[in-house]
Amino acid sequence: MFKFLSLFGKYWTLLGKVFSKPEKGKVYYRQTVKELISLGLRSTGIVIIISFFMGAVLTLQTAYNTENPIYPTYLIGLTCRDSILLEFSSTIVALILAGKVGSNIASEIGTMRVTEQIDALELMGVNSASYLILPKVIATLVFNPFLTLISIITGIVGGGLAGTSAGVITMKDYIYGIQYAFIPYYITYAIIKTLVFAFIITTVSSFEGYYVEGGSLEVGRASTKAVVYSSVTILLANLILTQLLLS
Amino acid sequence: MIRVENIYKSFAGRTVLSNISATFEPGKTNLIIGKSGSGKTVLLKSIVGLHDIDSGEIWYGDVLFSELDFRKKKEIRKEMGMLFQGSALFDSLTVEENVMFPLDMFSDKSKEEKLDRVNFCLNRVNIINSNHLFPSELSGGMKKRVAIARAIALNPRYLFCDEPNSGLDPKTAIVIDELIKEITEEFNMTTIVNTHDMNSVMENGEKIIFIDEGEKCWEGNKHEILESDNIKLNDFVFANSLARKLKETR
Repeated sequence: MFKFLSLFGKYWTLLGKVFSKPEKGKVYYRQTVKELISLGLRSTGIVIIISFFMGAVLTLQTAYNTENPIYPTYLIGLTCRDSILLEFSSTIVALILAGKVGSNIASEIGTMRVTEQIDALELMGVNSASYLILPKVIATLVFNPFLTLISIITGIVGGGLAGTSAGVITMKDYIYGIQYAFIPYYITYAIIKTLVFAFIITTVSSFEGYYVEGGSLEVGRASTKAVVYSSVTILLANLILTQLLLS
Repeated sequence: MIRVENIYKSFAGRTVLSNISATFEPGKTNLIIGKSGSGKTVLLKSIVGLHDIDSGEIWYGDVLFSELDFRKKKEIRKEMGMLFQGSALFDSLTVEENVMFPLDMFSDKSKEEKLDRVNFCLNRVNIINSNHLFPSELSGGMKKRVAIARAIALNPRYLFCDEPNSGLDPKTAIVIDELIKEITEEFNMTTIVNTHDMNSVMENGEKIIFIDEGEKCWEGNKHEILESDNIKLNDFVFANSLARKLKETR
């Protein structure tokens, strides 16, 4: 318990350093653009692929499990839409990004720590925590909502194509289903969750990398811990946010 | 001038530095020598403020550096340059961007002026036509020279070098030693070099401090080191058989 509290305190102290005034806005801006490309744009491919196939599988699973004349077929589209909007595009994509982006961040910062690059920054008088972490936080907060929207669209398209190709639903019924009883707030809900998850992935992974001690073995361990801790924190935050935002 | 007084530093109850006092003079290459694990790097990192000392004082001129808060330390740090053991060049930046980094952060010069300064520093360390290479494309000696160029980019008053010769062949090591010495004299910097390389000691040792198990055991220069009757120092200096035979023939 004491160790947990100590780590928790250390995490918030690091965040205090991260959100202090940047030394030079122009340099931070340039760094943020780099991170937008590295952490955001380069994650688009995997989000599209996974969302497309998950949407497709969701549609087929729903269709095969609701083969009953009582249920109208457009329910397949509705179920697929709500699953994607409420959980898949925010939570599952966040868990995938925790693996991809989280390990990337922890290993990058961890390697900088063990090769004394962070010491070099500190020695120059640069706030290393802010310089290294703040642009990543801003980049993911800006870009991840777009990834969520891309995921929603791709997932729904994937579901429609799979459903019609497999002959379990017509495109007309599917489109009717995804429009039926649509609650726009669900998109806001997904975006809010995405923002919280983006913050968790970036800060938890940066924390693990920033305090690495040792060599390459420890960097590897930090990378694994970053993925595990961000994933668990995301699941916990998901539970709390669901209760807060949907109750 | 840098002065340290009665420095103590421990990690998890283990004392690494004990009662170290020394003065490092400007325009000279001041050496800290000692075996691996003797506390040299901890001393150097304590002097630059990367480690907080348990007790004692560190003075930069007439400023008590060890008592300053983070913000005030930053002002002194802008006058420091450091060459780390593994060079510590930023992997994601090119040679040019590495040297330009401190200028980007702490100067208001135009892009052209910064580029001129970068090229001057790179030329000074004999790195030519390599501006757009990444650190992974450089040899060990080149990395050290680029790191020196980055360290001098802001015209620092203080230069710190942690094992500048580690991992280098003897010829390249001499080149790096000479470069550090020339730059120190040219810019009248206070330079502190950590080393256990006896070639460096005999070439550059204008002022030498010998540390053993976290304690200062001897202080002198390259001429006095061979004459000393300090047992621990002699064990270190004449560790190899060739050096021992040389001493016997003196």
